[in-house]
Amino acid sequence: MSVADITLGTAPEVKGRSLWADARHRFLRNKAAVTSLVIFCIIALACFLAPHLGLRAPDDINWELESWGPPNLELGYLLGTDANNRDLFVRLLYGGQVSLLVGFTATLVSLVIGVIWGATAGFIGGRVDGFMMRIVDILYSIPFIFFVIMLTVVFGRHITLIYIAIGAVSWLDMARIVRGQTISIRRREYIEAAEASGVSKWRIITRHVIPNCMGPVVVYVTLTVPNVILIESFISFLGMGVQEPDSSWGTLISEAAVVMEIAPWAIIGTGSMLAITLLSLNFIGDGMRDALDPRDR
Amino acid sequence: MLHYVMRRLGGAVPTLFIIIAGAFFMMRLAPGGPFARERRVPPEVEANLMKAYHLDEPLWQQFLRYLNGLLHGDFGPSFKYKDFAVADLIFGGFPVSLQLGGIAIALALVIGVTLGIWAALRQNSWIDYASMSVSMVGIAVPNFVVAPILTLVIGLQLQLLPVGGWGRPSHYVLPVIALCLPQIAAIARLTRASMIEVLSSNYVRTARAKGLPARLTISRHAIRAAILPVVSYLGPAIAGIITGSVVVEQIFSIPGIGRYFVQGSLNRDYTLVMGVTVFYGALVILCNLIADLLYGVLDPKVRYD
Repeated sequence: MSVADITLGTAPEVKGRSLWADARHRFLRNKAAVTSLVIFCIIALACFLAPHLGLRAPDDINWELESWGPPNLELGYLLGTDANNRDLFVRLLYGGQVSLLVGFTATLVSLVIGVIWGATAGFIGGRVDGFMMRIVDILYSIPFIFFVIMLTVVFGRHITLIYIAIGAVSWLDMARIVRGQTISIRRREYIEAAEASGVSKWRIITRHVIPNCMGPVVVYVTLTVPNVILIESFISFLGMGVQEPDSSWGTLISEAAVVMEIAPWAIIGTGSMLAITLLSLNFIGDGMRDALDPRDR
Repeated sequence: MLHYVMRRLGGAVPTLFIIIAGAFFMMRLAPGGPFARERRVPPEVEANLMKAYHLDEPLWQQFLRYLNGLLHGDFGPSFKYKDFAVADLIFGGFPVSLQLGGIAIALALVIGVTLGIWAALRQNSWIDYASMSVSMVGIAVPNFVVAPILTLVIGLQLQLLPVGGWGRPSHYVLPVIALCLPQIAAIARLTRASMIEVLSSNYVRTARAKGLPARLTISRHAIRAAILPVVSYLGPAIAGIITGSVVVEQIFSIPGIGRYFVQGSLNRDYTLVMGVTVFYGALVILCNLIADLLYGVLDPKVRYD
């Protein structure tokens, strides 16, 4: 705004910042979160654009090299070769597609179940609420990873099943958060005011309840993704998750762990990839919480 | 108090029942059944096997039989380890897993709480930042990455400790570290947050105002309140240690329950997998119960009514 505007008496326009603009502003000031976001985007892009980056194919076998060979920068083998003389780094990128997809799909499953369950319990309240949350309490005290593994033992190791199984057991926190949010929002004065001024129920839900629920839900979603990726890698590491010819970070780490004596770079490379991804997702989640936490506002 | 214990026990029974029923019926839904092999057995043999394992009875009767067995500490026969009962495997592996997990949880509590309090007392100093960054790494880096790297560096490169096996004290070190690292991290973060909150509370200010030395204020007033969230985290922490032990026992070839569980899962040993799930389910419920009662003892605000 120039000086001329002020002398002419044009009042500077005060622009109200929406909840999301405010949150974005806070998030962008958090250096750790922004750095993590950049790192995570680079990893995710590299994984999903791997077929278009001019890299060799993940099943390209080079008979000239030894298996579990050391990194070879001249030939472009950043992490050396795997047991079948394939490029380990390329396999790591393709494995990342599986791990990240499981992470996001299973989180989506948990989001859908959790939001519906929690919102229903919160809106209806009373006995239904008590009963529904009792079920959540019961499921909460079950060592669910044993159940996920049991599911894969019983129904075979299909990748879709793993998506669903992990999603189906990680919705509990989401349900609790959404329920608490719904109950507290329903009692607010502005909802009462909206009701009193004749706003329709549907509009109250879409305009007030859902946007105000979204903050904690978004935070929780970002924290669920690394958890789910961790669970999938855990199961795949034990040999009960993703099967050949597919691979995920968990399977690659378990392959590398077996040969770490002769190829230490393999376990360090694959392990770091997973660790960096999880770390950056956790930092993004923390940044989101700081940016969106309603208690802090 | 007694009433409260009874009520919590009453709440634990349906949970346990759901775990057992869930495990049982899931296993029975399995396609193929426990005797599906590459080589077909003659129908008479199969019929005899079904009869021997009571698989020819109606489902509800099998379930009641299983429940009855559980009440007597019998988890049924193992389908793969022919001469063993599942209970033998579980109770044989439990002392090992218990030692490993017990040491890990004790260490995690001591180190985690100490680190958390230290970080809180020096809030925003380099100690605080360093310990919180390290614990972020501890939470994010899974123990199946930590364990091989520990083995690689300490066991294979430096040759300081054995990388597998069980029996001598030196066998404990690496698995315990791998197992308790994530819990140390989680407990430290939890303690730090609650300690910071407690330090700014009114009663701590009162204690300071009346001239109590800082050391006594912290040890007598602040810590007791600050570790309450840690106590309620005990249940999830124990569940985390149990889950972690599955992969740690596998990596360090430790003959505990977790290893049987992995072998059983890979061999499709249905009864063994089911038995371990039920056993650990019961254990987690029990630990949650104990943690709840402990919380009540420590927190004067909790009333049992």
